[in-house]
Amino acid sequence: MGEITLGQYYPTNSILHRLDPRVKFLGTLVYVVSLFLVRGPFGYAFCGAVLLVLIFLSKVPFLYVLRSLKPILFIMIITMAFNVFLTPGTILWRWGFLKITEEGIRMAVKMGIRLVFLVTGSSIMTLTTTPNSLTDGMESLFGFLRIFHVPVHEIAMMMSIALRFIPILTEETDKIRKAQIARGADFETGGFIKRMRAMIPLLVPLFVSAFRRANDLAMAMEARCYHGGSGRTRMKPLRYERRDVVAYAAMAAFLAICIVFSVTGL
Amino acid sequence: MSIIRASRLGFDYIKYNDESEDAEKVKAISDISFEIEKGDFIAVLGHNGSGKSTLAKHINALLVPTSGTMWIDGVNTAEEDELWKVRQKAGMVFQNPDNQIIGTVVDEDVAFGPENLGISTEDIWSRVDEALGKVGMLGFRDRSPNRLSGGQKQRVAIAGVVAMRPECIVLDEPTAMLDPNGRREVLEVIRELNKKEGVTVILITHYMEEVIFADRVFVMDSGEIALEGTPREIFSKVDELKKLRLTVPQVTELAHELRKAGVEIPEGILTIDELVDALCG
Amino acid sequence: MLIELKDVCYTYGDGTVYEVKALDHINLGISEGEFIGLIGHTGSGKSTLIQHLDGLIKPTSGEVLFEGKNIWSEGYDLRSLRTHVGLVFQYPENQLFETDVITDVMFGPKNEGLTPAECEARAAAALRQVGIPEELYKVSPFDLSGGQKRRVAVAGVLAMDPEVLILDEPTAGLDPAGRDELLNQIRHLRDKRGITVVLVSHSMEDVALYANRLIVMDEAKIAFDGPPRKVFARYRELEKMGLAAPEITYIMHALRSRGLRVDTGAITVEEAKRSILMALSNRNSMKDGPL
Repeated sequence: MGEITLGQYYPTNSILHRLDPRVKFLGTLVYVVSLFLVRGPFGYAFCGAVLLVLIFLSKVPFLYVLRSLKPILFIMIITMAFNVFLTPGTILWRWGFLKITEEGIRMAVKMGIRLVFLVTGSSIMTLTTTPNSLTDGMESLFGFLRIFHVPVHEIAMMMSIALRFIPILTEETDKIRKAQIARGADFETGGFIKRMRAMIPLLVPLFVSAFRRANDLAMAMEARCYHGGSGRTRMKPLRYERRDVVAYAAMAAFLAICIVFSVTGL
Repeated sequence: MSIIRASRLGFDYIKYNDESEDAEKVKAISDISFEIEKGDFIAVLGHNGSGKSTLAKHINALLVPTSGTMWIDGVNTAEEDELWKVRQKAGMVFQNPDNQIIGTVVDEDVAFGPENLGISTEDIWSRVDEALGKVGMLGFRDRSPNRLSGGQKQRVAIAGVVAMRPECIVLDEPTAMLDPNGRREVLEVIRELNKKEGVTVILITHYMEEVIFADRVFVMDSGEIALEGTPREIFSKVDELKKLRLTVPQVTELAHELRKAGVEIPEGILTIDELVDALCG
Repeated sequence: MLIELKDVCYTYGDGTVYEVKALDHINLGISEGEFIGLIGHTGSGKSTLIQHLDGLIKPTSGEVLFEGKNIWSEGYDLRSLRTHVGLVFQYPENQLFETDVITDVMFGPKNEGLTPAECEARAAAALRQVGIPEELYKVSPFDLSGGQKRRVAVAGVLAMDPEVLILDEPTAGLDPAGRDELLNQIRHLRDKRGITVVLVSHSMEDVALYANRLIVMDEAKIAFDGPPRKVFARYRELEKMGLAAPEITYIMHALRSRGLRVDTGAITVEEAKRSILMALSNRNSMKDGPL
């Protein structure tokens, strides 16, 4: 009901929550790159330790953070299985055409760790940043693309409107679905074709409603003097604070250490 | 000088028929003239399709007349260079609160209008605070609009218009989708704005109880102003209103029925107190 | 007893932080031919309640019986229940989807598995009942006026020939004449076809005029259940629930407190008029001195 927690924003007040969204976005980028830089066990241990510190700083419960791994669990198992069974090398165990190699295990563990760190790392960003301020951050970060005639403001506006209307349309879908069930519609049984056809009474009203809403919204925006991004000021402009500068410095240090790990192969 | 002036206003739109190629001209409003003074509270009544909404959109320059002229504070709404000035002077609140809230946080939505006007961040903050205070929603500034009641959402929408400091506010059936409590909240806010801030209000509605507070009432029918007068004058015409697919408040209807039955009471009774005084005075 | 709710509870978001109790031990019986007005402020549980009557929501605990059978028992045909109990949602015009009016109204009968001819006959009958003229049958529902769309959508439910018709604020957003027309058509259906009606409404004036039984919901419970006159007599308590009585009730109480001996139980304009005229003539004859 109501809110969709896109990226599962976790409302609390931590230093990570207060950071500028641009810092968090770039920070996530740096972290992801570093995961592919480091190669040895110490490198991974270092990245893991940093991750633990970040989770601690975010004040988001540890188990809540781990929940973000659930949707990729399946992909992870498949990838690891492929690596374990299909990597050629020193054979440890064999059954029929299946064989497990030392290199395979090493590869799988590496992949697994990378994937877990990558997903956990990026979910720290979405857990501590509202979708809205993330949109603002991206608009500001990618603002330079405007010189290449990329409609940065318009894209950001579209994203934030989408964020506002997703819960409304979800609720509406549920209402229309129930209304059609009350008229005897059957969304559950039958083959693929029948089910697709059964969606028409749901999709047509949904599209009609979405168009009507879009039309209304466009009119309401015009009535409030909206005329694109030029000449527009902001109520909450993004401004770097001292903590953001400190965060950038920490980020640079982290990257430097990872490069060292990468070069030494530790 | 009057804040809103319409002279022989007309608006046609072209309706295309699926089967036949010929386009059909439909008159949404025709030959309407009126003047509204600064600080007035005007109520506009009329059944669905009587042209009320079309008229409302002319005041905000969302529509430009196909004949005649509309002036807002002396500015002709047809002049494209003055468009943003007109829209700043005449704010508009629509029926469905969900479809006019743009922000995902209450105060960010209220800031949307001022942001478009290009004023400084400090000014935006003070205007947003002021506007939220006027509609009694300051305590909800960090909330998501999706978590508010209908009446609260509509008050946020009103604050969004108030933050642009308009001379007049046009409200197009702002209470149609609300429950009685939401309706009461919104109406109270509108009356406050009119009385305390002197904002000119044009309230379009189906609810007869909301008309009682107006200085003047326009009743629209097939694109024209069919009746005009004070609420008392309008509600004296019970039978005429019914012909225009409208009703009167129950107390007015009861008084009318009693009069018809021979009881000596005045026409156009609007409140319970008036009726009680007339019967027991 | 046509429909019976036994100790029904329903909780949204059961087991999460957002847990909300929408129905709290509801016991309710609905008999054939009743015209029930269901009132309560937003969030009191009205909408959840009516969705239980149609089997759209499964109670967290308790039983829903239709003609004595538990609708959530193993093997119960919920789809056939929905042909007996028709539910018209709020703003039902939002569910229109077909290319023309009559095909849209035929959707319900088609789902019942009737022949095309039967479907069309049902649809035409339903459209007649809501006063949609034949020349509109082949028009796209999206080209109709707001009031017409609403009535076509109601016809879409009526075409399933239900014995119980539940309407969730069917007049929201209609103009006064449109409101009266729709409610009169519904009353006519009940009088002529013996349909049982449950009308959810925010308008006390409407339920006073049409319903013969009022159910008041407050905080997930049934607060009052009885004839409108009796329920509105407790208008002070209704006000505490964020509700009110019809304007007439307040007029009658005000008159009474000023010494005019009127019937404070009157809830419609017609009743009030009769009572006031009677009281006035009594007062005048007293003044003139009957002796």
